[in-house]
Amino acid sequence: MAKAAIQAVGINKSFGQGQAMTKAVQNVTFTANFGEMLYVVGPSGSGKTTMLSMISGILRPDSGTVKLLDTDIWSLSSDDLADFRLHKIGFVFQDYHLFPRLTTAENVAIPLILQKRDWDEAIAEAKKDLEIVGLKGRADMPPVSLSGGEQQRVAIARAIISRPDILILDEPTASLDGDTGRNIVSFVRTKILTDKSCIVIITHDSRIYEFADRIVKMEDGKVTDADMENLNAQ
Amino acid sequence: MPGILRIAYKLLINDRAKYAALLVGITFAVFLMIEMTSLFSGILSRSSATVINIGASIWVMDPAIQTVANSIPLPSFMLDEVRSIPGVKYAVPLYSGSALLKLHDGTYQAANVIGLDDTSLFGRPELINGKIEDIFAENAFIAVQDSEFYKLHNPKIGDEFELNEHRGVFVGLAHVASSGLFGIPTLYTTYNRSLQYIPNTRFTITYLLVEPKTPEDVAAIKKAVTADGYLALTHDEFIAKITDFYTYHTGIGTNMMIMTLISFIIGLSISGQTFYTFILENIEKFGALKAIGAKSRELVMMILFQASFVALTGYGIGVGLCSGMIWMARLYLPDYAAIITPMNLSVAFIMVVLIAVLSSYVGVRKVLKIEPFDIFRG
Repeated sequence: MAKAAIQAVGINKSFGQGQAMTKAVQNVTFTANFGEMLYVVGPSGSGKTTMLSMISGILRPDSGTVKLLDTDIWSLSSDDLADFRLHKIGFVFQDYHLFPRLTTAENVAIPLILQKRDWDEAIAEAKKDLEIVGLKGRADMPPVSLSGGEQQRVAIARAIISRPDILILDEPTASLDGDTGRNIVSFVRTKILTDKSCIVIITHDSRIYEFADRIVKMEDGKVTDADMENLNAQ
Repeated sequence: MPGILRIAYKLLINDRAKYAALLVGITFAVFLMIEMTSLFSGILSRSSATVINIGASIWVMDPAIQTVANSIPLPSFMLDEVRSIPGVKYAVPLYSGSALLKLHDGTYQAANVIGLDDTSLFGRPELINGKIEDIFAENAFIAVQDSEFYKLHNPKIGDEFELNEHRGVFVGLAHVASSGLFGIPTLYTTYNRSLQYIPNTRFTITYLLVEPKTPEDVAAIKKAVTADGYLALTHDEFIAKITDFYTYHTGIGTNMMIMTLISFIIGLSISGQTFYTFILENIEKFGALKAIGAKSRELVMMILFQASFVALTGYGIGVGLCSGMIWMARLYLPDYAAIITPMNLSVAFIMVVLIAVLSSYVGVRKVLKIEPFDIFRG
């Protein structure tokens, strides 16, 4: 039986108060296993981002528990939680959020620098990871000089540099054309995913569903295991 | 340098336009603040020039005196009175007044004349040319070779002039610690000759210069002089009184303070606005750093480092520019009365630190407020 990397049980999250209250996530129970590439899909406003934030230690749920790697993350202090994210989770943001004034290698090295690793050592590691994501020779260039697909690869290199157990990608193909998007996800699937890691992708993009091991669908803040064939047909 | 600060440094330096704007703002503010306060220090220092140059421990004067320039003569008996106070080692009279000199080419020049006690020559200046005993020669005057000296047409020893139709001869050239405030040359002669050459009122002693036997005697001497209806101030107290007068009773201090405040506000406006824009442009990236695992205090450290770095660099450049400008100004304007003192530097430094703190405050608040969830939510 596959070991769970992420276990969320009965998590709820509401925003606002009184009549203006919106139940963004309702009693969601959710598991993602090691060696699995899991998609969370659903229309806008379905609660995907809220759930992703709660299971990645960014947004505290109103109730329920979230265990990552057998650690109840919401019982950690804020400093310990930040350290947990830094060492155990890699994030790829929809808009990449690369610093335009830093070089590509410096951007990639940020998690190691936050881990207080030696600067030169961190940059050397970043250059190696840029090679892994196919951006050899771009290390000293600013991210703004790269294409959208290349910037996405830089963001992936930054997410994987500390070899996290869990990788979370938020709409990784949203700003990319079809081929580039597929290439990126294919690359993540074949080069990044291992038996000791778990990848969660939030996406609207049905063109990349074929790379998923499992797809979880969210609607109105509730999660249902989706019918893969149905989704692929959409 | 810790890696996180190195990132902060690179983010700052590589945004050249904003970095330049920040530096210009702070440098300009520092330059103006130091220039203003230096001018004020120069004026204050010159306003007490006579007190500094004579160097007496205690000055006895009329209580109505506000500055060393507007003297009210003391009656002659006060000299004996003060000499009789227990604890007084010696007391000598000093004359200080203005006179109009007729120079050898027929032009007139106002000058400050200091008449030193004939017996002791207490408070005599350091001679750079001539011999001090020549001051006892007939019609003898010693000219101070300072920034106003050229107004006497750069006289040499033996050159003559007229003072109230008396013949005067330069017998020496002297050096003093500080030039006067009013831009006129200074001459030293004996007390009696100054009375003889310059028309006087009934009382003739401008100040009594007193040396106590021990520092402990100062209080008793001051008390005894006060009992006689006069005022005895130590060297430092007299300078403080003059400083106080120019600072609070002439408008100079207020104007300088307003100008310094305006410089501060200009610096704060430019750097505050630029720094705020800088933080706003990077706010999502700071949020992303938080999501990745940066702690709030690390982000605050980054912002404080950036603000401090800009502030200190701007401070250094501002001090350098101001020093250079004062040096240049003195080359062409010998009267230029600006002095950079440790106090000026400290005031400017404190204000720059304040600019850095206030500029970064808004940025720090923004960064502390940004939630990583906002980054995901877009």
